[in-house]
Amino acid sequence: MIEQSSIFNSKRGIKVQNPYLPYPVRIDEIITETEDKNLKTFKLVFINPDDEEKFTYKAGQFAELSVAGKGEIPIGIASSPTEKGFLMFTVNKVGLVTSYLHAMKAGDIMGIRGPMGNWYPWDIMEGKNVVIIGGGFAFTTLRSSIVYMLDPANRSKFNELHVIYGARTPGMLLYKDKLAEWEKRDDINMHITVDATDDPDWKYNIGFVPTITDQEAPPGDADTYAIVCGPPIMIKFTQPVLDKLNYSHDHIIMSLEMRMKCGIGICGRCNIGKEFVCKDGPVFTLDQLNMMPKEY
Amino acid sequence: MSAYIDKIKEISNRLLKESKVDMVIGFRKGTVPMMNEPCFAKTPQDVDNFVWDGNCGINLANYLPNREEKIGIIAKGCDSRNIVTHIIENKIKRDQLVIIGVPCKAMIDRHKIETMFETEIQDVIEADDKIIVKGDGFEKTLNKSDVLQENCAICIHRNPVMHDEVVGDPVEEQKDVDRYEDVRKIEAMPPEEKWRYFDDLLSACVRCYACRNACPLCYCPTCFVDESRPQWVGKSQDPIDTRTFHFLRAYHCSGRCTDCGACERACPMGIKVRTFTKKLEKDCLDLFGWEAGMTLEERPPLDTYRPDDPDEFIE
Amino acid sequence: MKFIKIDRESWAKGLERLDDSFRLFGPVKQDTFHNFKKLYKGELPDLNLLNTRLSPKSVVYPQSEVMFEYTLDENKEDHHILKEIDKDYSPRAVIGIRPCDAKAFLVVKPNFDAPEYKDPYWIKSYEATTFVGYACDTPCSTCFCTTAGCGPFHEEGSDLLLVDTNDHYLIKVITEKGENFLSAAGWSAEVDADAASDRIETMRQAAEAKITSRVSTDELKDKNITDLFEASFWEETAFACINCGTCTYACPTCWCFDIQDETYGYSGIRMRNWDSCMYPLFTLHGSGHNPRDTKIQRVRQRFMHKFKYYVDKYENGIQCVGCGRCIRLCPVNIDIRRVCELMNSYGG
Repeated sequence: MIEQSSIFNSKRGIKVQNPYLPYPVRIDEIITETEDKNLKTFKLVFINPDDEEKFTYKAGQFAELSVAGKGEIPIGIASSPTEKGFLMFTVNKVGLVTSYLHAMKAGDIMGIRGPMGNWYPWDIMEGKNVVIIGGGFAFTTLRSSIVYMLDPANRSKFNELHVIYGARTPGMLLYKDKLAEWEKRDDINMHITVDATDDPDWKYNIGFVPTITDQEAPPGDADTYAIVCGPPIMIKFTQPVLDKLNYSHDHIIMSLEMRMKCGIGICGRCNIGKEFVCKDGPVFTLDQLNMMPKEY
Repeated sequence: MSAYIDKIKEISNRLLKESKVDMVIGFRKGTVPMMNEPCFAKTPQDVDNFVWDGNCGINLANYLPNREEKIGIIAKGCDSRNIVTHIIENKIKRDQLVIIGVPCKAMIDRHKIETMFETEIQDVIEADDKIIVKGDGFEKTLNKSDVLQENCAICIHRNPVMHDEVVGDPVEEQKDVDRYEDVRKIEAMPPEEKWRYFDDLLSACVRCYACRNACPLCYCPTCFVDESRPQWVGKSQDPIDTRTFHFLRAYHCSGRCTDCGACERACPMGIKVRTFTKKLEKDCLDLFGWEAGMTLEERPPLDTYRPDDPDEFIE
Repeated sequence: MKFIKIDRESWAKGLERLDDSFRLFGPVKQDTFHNFKKLYKGELPDLNLLNTRLSPKSVVYPQSEVMFEYTLDENKEDHHILKEIDKDYSPRAVIGIRPCDAKAFLVVKPNFDAPEYKDPYWIKSYEATTFVGYACDTPCSTCFCTTAGCGPFHEEGSDLLLVDTNDHYLIKVITEKGENFLSAAGWSAEVDADAASDRIETMRQAAEAKITSRVSTDELKDKNITDLFEASFWEETAFACINCGTCTYACPTCWCFDIQDETYGYSGIRMRNWDSCMYPLFTLHGSGHNPRDTKIQRVRQRFMHKFKYYVDKYENGIQCVGCGRCIRLCPVNIDIRRVCELMNSYGG
C-alpha cells in the first residue's frame, strides 16, 4: 500500500516523490484580469504546509495545474518566489480544463505539480541591464520576474530595469494594480502600451509592442539582456527591432509554449528537436532556438 | 493484369508531359512480399517506378481529400466509386482529376497467405491465375481464386464507374454473387452469441486507427474519438470505448462505404473490420435501394432529405 | 560464465514451480499470430515463432495504466485530491523475449529513468521483471538488428539467454537476477562452460550470417540537425503515410503516452495510455495552433526522433533495435530502413 506522501525507493535507494502526483491546493482567490473575462488569476494555497517548501521555484518556471476529473494544464507561475504563502497563476480560457477552472470558486480544491522547467538565467543577468518585453497574456512569468527583481533583497543585483508591456486595449492588461505600483517607482522604467484605445484618460503609450520597443528600449550590448514573451505575431515583429538595436541572439531570452502532458520530459510530446520544452525549456535563448528545427 | 502496367506508364507520362496533371498517384514496388507503396510521380523516372499487380489493394482515393493540385489517379472499381463520393462531398473537384481507370481482376489477401505458412515468406509471384509463394525451405503454388481479398471475391463493380482514361478492356462483372452471406449468418445469431462474437472480434483492437486512416471516407478534420468538448469516447482499451469507436465509425460510413477492403487490409491485428460496414451496406441496399458512389447525380440517402420521406419521426 | 541445460521435462516442471513466485508472461498464439500474455499455471510459452506481433513492452509498460484515483464526492474526505493506488510489482518474468525486444528496454530506459525525474511506474515494473531472452536462429528478412545495436544472440537487456538446440534448451546466465530465476525454477543442470560457450558462439555466427537487412547509422551523429530537418526527401517519404498509430504501437522502442482523467459518477481515475506522434492531436495547443499539423511534419518527427534527436540527446545509439515490426505491419509499406539510409547519406 503506497501512501499519499509517496516515497519510493529506486534501485539506488534514492527516495523520490512520484512526479505525477499533484500537491493538493485550495483556491484562495480568483481575480478576473481582463475585460473580456477570458483571463483569470488564481491564488492557490497548499493544503499541506510542508508542500510549499518542496515547491521552491524560480521566476520563469511553470507548473502543471491539475483538476481531478478534467486533466492538467501547464501554466507559467505568475507569483514570484519572494511572495510567500501562496502561488499565483493566470489562466486563459481556451479549452476543456481551463473552462472548468474558470467556473470554479474560492475554496475549491485542485492540485499542482511542479515547479517544472528551467528559469530565466538570473545568475547570468546579475549586474546587467534587463529589458522585459511582453505582450498580451504571455506576461505571467514576467510578473514573477519583475516582482523578484524589485524585491529589496534582489534589486541591487541588477542594473537598469526596463519593461515594455502591451495589450490590445487597457482592459486587456494584466496585473493593473502591479503596473500602477511599478509606474510610480524610480528604479524601473515602465513603458506600458495598448494597440488602441478611446479612453481619453489613458496616460501611457499607444502603439504596438515592437514600435514602442523601437522607441524606448535601450540599445543592446554585452551588459544588456532582453526577455521576450508574447504571441507569435508580436515576436515576429519585435525580432527585427532587437536586431536593429544590436541585441545579440544569446542576449535575447524567450519562453516557449507547447502542448504538454507530463511536464517532466517523459511523455515525449513537447519536443522541438532534441529539447523538451517542459524540461530543457521553456526558457531558451534565441541563439539556441536558431539551432533547433523550426517546429513550434 | 501485368499488361496494365505499360498502359499505366504510357498514360501517366503523357499526362505529365502535356501538363494535364501536376502529379500522378499510383504504386511503387514494396519492400516486403505482397505490398506496394502508394507514391506520386512527377517525372518520367518516377513513372518508371510504377507497378500494378494483385497487391494494389490500398485505396488510392484516400490521398485525394483537400489536395489543391491537378491529379492523375489510378483507380480500380471500388476506388472510382470513392472518388465519386469525394466529389459529391466536396473533398475534391472533378476538374482537378484525370481518373486512370483500371478494370480490376481482384487483389490477393496477404494476411490469408501469410497464415498459410509456418516460416517466413520471401517472395510471392503472380502468374496469371496462379500465385507462387516462395519461402525459407518451401515453394508452393496456389490458385489465385482461393486467396483473393474477401471483398474482391464478392465484388460486383470491378470496372471503374467513372474514368477519363482506361488501361484495358472492361472485365466481366461477377454475377449471382451473394454479398451478404456472412452478414446473414451473424444476423441469425441469438443476442448472447452475437454479443460474444463482437466481443471476440474486437478483443485484439489496439486503437491504432489504421482502419480509420486507411479509409477514404474518414477525412474529418477532428475525428469524433479525438473530440474533447465533449469527450465522446475514452482513449483507453476499455472494451466499451473500443466498441463505440468501431460501431460509430461504421455508421459514419454507411451509405458511403464501397467495400474496398482498405480497412481490413490495414489492420495490424487482422481484425475483420468489414463485418460492421457490410451490415450497414446491406441495410442501405434493403431500405433505400442504394449503392454508394455509382453516380454523381444522386446524394447518399443518409444526407438527403426529401419532403415525401415516408418516416414520420423527421417531421 | 555459467551454462545450464534444460530438457523438455524439466522445462515444464520448472515453469510450474516458478508460477509460485513469479507472474509468468510468454508468447501465446492468438488466432493467427503470437502475442505476450500472462501464462496460467502449467501453460507453456509457445516458442515456435519468429516473433510476436506486438512487442512485449506492454508487460512493463501497459497500453492503459491507472496512475491515480479520486472522488468528486464532496461528502468524502480528500475529495478532488488524487491518490495513488495499489499496484502489484511482485516479481514477474518474460519468457521468450527476443534479444531485440530485450535490448529495446535499455533503449527506452533513459527516458523513464532520467537523473532529474523518474517514472515510478515504469521503473518499478522494469525492476520487478526478469527477462529470459530467446536467441534467434532464423532471423527474418526484415530483421536488421545487427546494424541497429543488437543481434540475434545479443545479451544486453536479458537476464538469461535461452538457446534452443533442438533437443534441449541451453541457458546462459547473464545477471544475478537470472541466477535467482534459475534457482526458483530448480534448473540447476550445469554444463561445461567452454563447450556450451563455443556451441552458442557457432550458432550466433550462423544466425548473424542469415541477416540480410542492414542500415547505416555511422554518419547520423555528425549530420546538422536543421539540414536533415529541411531535407527534400521528406515529401516523397511521407506521401504514403496514413498517420495511423501502427508503427508506434508495435515498436518496442516507442514510448510516448497521453494522460487522461475518466470519471464515472463520483469516482474516477487518472490513467495514461499509449499515444502516437502520428496523430494530429498529439501537438495541438489549446489556442488551436498546431506545430505539426501536416502529415509531412509528423512523419519527419518520427524518423528524426529515432535517428537524430535520440542519438544526440542520449548518446545511446539509435532509437531502434531492428525488429522489423513496423516494416511488416505498416499498411502502406513505409520502410524505416530506406528512411534511415536516406538520412544517413544525406548531404553526401
